[in-house]
Amino acid sequence: MKIWAIVQFAGMGLLTFSVPASATDEVVVYSARNEQLIRPLFEAYTRETGVKIRFITDKEGPLLVRLKAEGSSTPADMFITVDAGNLWLAAKEGVLAKVDSPVLMQNIPAHLRDPGQQWFGLSVRARTIVYHTGRVKPAELSTYEALGDPKWKGRLCLRTSKKVYNQSLVAMMIARQGETRTEEVVRRWVANLATDVFSSDDQVMEAILAGQCDVGIVNTYYYGRLVKKQPRAAIALFWPNQKTGGVHVNVSGAGITMHAKHKVAAQKLLEWLSSPSAQNLFADGNLEFPVNPTVAPAASVAAWGKFRQDQTNLAEAGRRQVQAVKLMDRAGYR
Amino acid sequence: MTTQTVTSANSPTASSGGIANWLNVSVRGWQLASLVVALVALAPIAVVALAWLTPTADVWQHLGTTVLPDLLRNTGVLLVGVGLGVMIIGVGLGWLVATCDFPGRRFFDWALMLPLAVPAYVLAFALIGIFDYSSPFQNQLRVWFGPGFALPPIRSTGGVILAMVLAFYPYVYMLARTAFLSQGQSMLETGRVYGLTAWQSFWRVALPMARPAIAAGVALALMETLADFGAVSVFNYDTFTTAIYKAWFGMFNLAAAAQLASLLLLFVVVGLVAEQRLRGRAQYHLTPKSTRSHRYRLHGGRSLAAATACALVFILAFALPVGELLVWAVRSALQDFDVRYLRFVANTLVLGGTAAAVTTFFALLLAYTWRLKPDRMIRGAVRVATLGYALPGSVLAVGIMVSFIWLDRQWLTPAFESLGFGAGPWLAGSMLALLLAYGVRFLAVAYGPVDSSFERIKPSLWQAARSLGASNREILWRVSIPLLRGGLFSAGLLVFVEVMKEMPATLLLRPFGWDTLATRIFEMTSEGEWERAALPAVTLVLVGLIPVILLVRRTANPR
Repeated sequence: MKIWAIVQFAGMGLLTFSVPASATDEVVVYSARNEQLIRPLFEAYTRETGVKIRFITDKEGPLLVRLKAEGSSTPADMFITVDAGNLWLAAKEGVLAKVDSPVLMQNIPAHLRDPGQQWFGLSVRARTIVYHTGRVKPAELSTYEALGDPKWKGRLCLRTSKKVYNQSLVAMMIARQGETRTEEVVRRWVANLATDVFSSDDQVMEAILAGQCDVGIVNTYYYGRLVKKQPRAAIALFWPNQKTGGVHVNVSGAGITMHAKHKVAAQKLLEWLSSPSAQNLFADGNLEFPVNPTVAPAASVAAWGKFRQDQTNLAEAGRRQVQAVKLMDRAGYR
Repeated sequence: MTTQTVTSANSPTASSGGIANWLNVSVRGWQLASLVVALVALAPIAVVALAWLTPTADVWQHLGTTVLPDLLRNTGVLLVGVGLGVMIIGVGLGWLVATCDFPGRRFFDWALMLPLAVPAYVLAFALIGIFDYSSPFQNQLRVWFGPGFALPPIRSTGGVILAMVLAFYPYVYMLARTAFLSQGQSMLETGRVYGLTAWQSFWRVALPMARPAIAAGVALALMETLADFGAVSVFNYDTFTTAIYKAWFGMFNLAAAAQLASLLLLFVVVGLVAEQRLRGRAQYHLTPKSTRSHRYRLHGGRSLAAATACALVFILAFALPVGELLVWAVRSALQDFDVRYLRFVANTLVLGGTAAAVTTFFALLLAYTWRLKPDRMIRGAVRVATLGYALPGSVLAVGIMVSFIWLDRQWLTPAFESLGFGAGPWLAGSMLALLLAYGVRFLAVAYGPVDSSFERIKPSLWQAARSLGASNREILWRVSIPLLRGGLFSAGLLVFVEVMKEMPATLLLRPFGWDTLATRIFEMTSEGEWERAALPAVTLVLVGLIPVILLVRRTANPR
């Protein structure tokens, strides 16, 4: 008897952490966008509305498996992740619910949200060309595809194809110009590489600065971080494909889970995140562009100039990701 | 007087059914408990293996015709390179500090253990930060020697092998050093009487006797190498784990990823069984008394070479990377430092400490049951329970989570509801789940030291205690525990360090609010902010020094 009581007590102690709170003024979030970027937002929201937000962060893959495995017993109301491919997958796996919200439809451009209304982009990053200002004139640059030109032989640096950002870039290229043409471009990129592919965008830019190569493809916020640290660095952004499809953009975004326990509260939070009062807080911390076109980006981001975005719906990035991965493997892009 | 015996399996003590014959204990109870532990460890592996029920032919065909051949070759090269590297460095340095005397020996004796506190992925990004083409160091070299000057590329096969050898050699070093120390003097002296030189006694006496320890250390290092994803992806070196993650994240096919992972496991099992077969059935009972009054005193060039070798390894594996982290942390991450770090440190320590206790207890349970009655069933249980270490962290974490959620929904929720508690989930997302996950992952780490401390107890000791009329309780408390204490302590500290460094299972299974230093590193590196990751990384290394230094003090005088 006594022993059983002790076991029970110890068990309760260990298990209390998992007891789901049933307070109505609460939203539970699983996030693959990192803690230092979302915490300030959630704190602001709690100050404004009194709604408490509990969240857990992890890579998107394991979080998605967790959501699926938990099924109807999941504590999560909202899933936040980076890259449209991951959002698309979450929708396909059936863990996200359709959200009918005029506010979200109005705040978010159509190509940056799910046509099926299951996920919504909240901040925008462009994946664009960077070049060394001393060794390259902007007039020499034109499109992503043109980086396959023989004149860039031994002058191109790229990040690994294992990073989802490159998978999305190639997937969107496939969506625009078909698989055969895209594979040809990727093969030419690989032939132009100055050195083995890098594991981060930062390393690509460092290599350009160190003289290992002259051009590369990176996300804008990595560039923003670099010039914040080294304002005089001899490296600049170039907006490619302005006469053709536009610059490849991607989003970080969110959806509401199929089995959310606080659906209404979660939808309110999602709408708030897309609103002018939250957009700068959401985007500026990571030097991204607000998804809401009525909100101006941070001054340092606006300084990069205006550019035309690829208007293809980002769901294509997910739909064609497997195709893109296979294509890059075939083309020898590590 | 120090005595050592190497008894063969044919001696009556070993093969006649274990010590249960002299101890009056219920073998069944222990066996049952061991099987339960093995079952818990088996569940996530079974979940992974169940993936074979899902057809994934397209992924296999694609991988097989494009990247798989290269990946297998890379993995083979890495295993051979890391295996040889940790063996040479670990055994060589272990021998030097344990049996020789040279300037700085007392310092290196413990300092060479410190790299244990540095996670492999952290070492990897620090080494690249120091030695890559665009690093300040190489920029400076180009200023001095002209723009054409470049070191051999660090982002290469040699570079990734170097990083992993530096990260994993401490396992071999630690176990080999302890083995050499506990061999004592007389065996080697006997060798000298027969006219063996120092080298000959190393090759013909010390090394063969230390083989189980060395093999255990190398096995740990190789399992880490096989399961590693962090360090290889920092180097962008494609191994078999790359294929696993490509299938999962790139091709959205978790089933194919799990199939690949289970093949990896199969490979490990075959390797471990082969090693054991090769070792034969010799048993090693060392009487645990060590007084190394006399060391080989090295002179001149030899002593310089020994000191240089130790210094080089220490600098590359610890001083330089930690220095780089400190520079980064001060330069670009100090604004992140706030009171929450106290919480991260506390969480890290609490998780590490609790997991160490739980895991060591499981290891003790298994090792003792094996000693009680070494039969096929328990051998299988031990084998299964120590497999988790060879699975890539994320795959194991997902396996554990899926099996726990299943338990929750099928068993716990109905049970608890009938007892009048609310609905679950009871296990998933709880502290208990995380601790069990650590147990499954790190039982292999704990089992080694516990098992070898049992090997140091000669069975005749128990026999003697019994014939002198000692009760079970007395045998446990007055004979066994005092002799096992060292091994248990070492096992606990090793698990402690490992849990502190562990990332994927912690991320996926931690209860709300249980952020640790390792999860902080993840937050920073997930968007490539390596320099900001230096702050949690260097804090992790510094906190990790606590168990490592305890471990060093513990093994400085092994009992």
